[in-house]
Amino acid sequence: MRPLVTALGLVAAWEALVWLTGLPPYILPPPSRVALVLFQRFDLLIEQAAWTAAEMVLGLGLGLAFGAALAVIFAASAAWRRWALPLVIVSQAIPVIAIAPLLVLWLGYGMASKVAMAALIIFFPVVSSLYDGLRRTDPGWLELARTMDASPRAVLLQIRLPAALPAFASGVRIAAAVAPIGAVIGEWVGASAGLGFLMTQSLARGQTPLAFAALTILCLLGLALYTAADRLARRLVPWHSPQGD
Amino acid sequence: MRSAHIVLDGHVVAEALSLDFPGGLTTCLLGRSGVGKTSLLRHLAGLLPGSRAAGPVAYMAQRDLLLPWLSVLQNTLLGYRLRRDAAARRAAEARARTLLAEVGLGDRLHDLPQTLSGGMRQRAALARTLCEDRQIVLMDEPFGHLDAVTRLDLQDLAARLLRDRTVVLVTHDPLEALRLGHEIRVLSGSPFAVGPVIAPPGAVPRDPGDPALIALQARLIADLRRQA
Repeated sequence: MRPLVTALGLVAAWEALVWLTGLPPYILPPPSRVALVLFQRFDLLIEQAAWTAAEMVLGLGLGLAFGAALAVIFAASAAWRRWALPLVIVSQAIPVIAIAPLLVLWLGYGMASKVAMAALIIFFPVVSSLYDGLRRTDPGWLELARTMDASPRAVLLQIRLPAALPAFASGVRIAAAVAPIGAVIGEWVGASAGLGFLMTQSLARGQTPLAFAALTILCLLGLALYTAADRLARRLVPWHSPQGD
Repeated sequence: MRSAHIVLDGHVVAEALSLDFPGGLTTCLLGRSGVGKTSLLRHLAGLLPGSRAAGPVAYMAQRDLLLPWLSVLQNTLLGYRLRRDAAARRAAEARARTLLAEVGLGDRLHDLPQTLSGGMRQRAALARTLCEDRQIVLMDEPFGHLDAVTRLDLQDLAARLLRDRTVVLVTHDPLEALRLGHEIRVLSGSPFAVGPVIAPPGAVPRDPGDPALIALQARLIADLRRQA
């Protein structure tokens, strides 16, 4: 409750600042104006938000699926580790944002380039969190499994993978926090729809209040995505929150 | 076990070691911390590089090693889960339930380990070890970090449930060795040597208040002290 009070206080201070300084709305619109635009252009905003939300969710799903699959392959195969793991690590040196224009060139102005962008940006945190988790299994569990004549496959599926879920859960949280960045940057570079697209369009036309309204929706979307991912992460490791909090 | 060499990180723990463990009885290996008891046990379990297990063994480590995402019953059946033998697992389930009832966890079958106390967790680990149904049981200070009374209770329980199995139990607690061991061997030195067989009279688990036991305990403690 208290953070909400702080947030309301900040909004009030913002309103007062605009009022006192007399800044024109195309530089800094007051919150009341943003709220009004939010209300008036609600249909447009929701339509664009649905587009961006789809990009985020698809990108998140794709990035999680590919990242998790690669982490499991690395954990299971020494050959993959030797031939491909260094490459994945070095690939982190590429600023993913810098290849956004290329993605638009290859995949077009539609949704695909944004989904790819979001998936790419979360790919590494997902691989590294799950792979780290798979590597750091309690050696005591592995020895116990050895005395029980467990096959490497059974050890991976029944011990290493569940033991890595807490690490993967934090990867999922990070992914949910950065997936919106991927989607929005994709839209800034070149798009035909979405909240990021709406922001650049309205800023270019001096409709700053509309850009702020889009930004507000974007924040809410990011928050919703993170909350959903956090729920999922908790589901993955029920044994980490014994009191069900 | 015949002429084993145990080397750990380039440090010779034991050389040309030969040991006989009487079948169907419990042998306690007693020694101070760091003497190499655990290495010997891990050698027997086939867990050291270059070592091979003497046959199918059930191994109980110092920590309970319960998997936090599995229920008590599922943990007890871990070996069958890992071997992916559904038929054997179904057959073993009734035994797992009986064992858990015997260790006093009959009403906690579906609880996660984190809801159990330390003593209960160790009892679940004991049930898992016995559920493996293997003739040779290797135990590494299994009751080391329990409070004194819980430890005595668990020793009673273990002595009863381990009857007729060939047990090698490693401990630094002379009383534990005296209560549970049909035979006791003292490990000392570096690389360690194994002392002569000490076979205390009476059936296990022996009464901790027995004067003969207390006298023997004093002797063992003196033995262990001298090696410092």
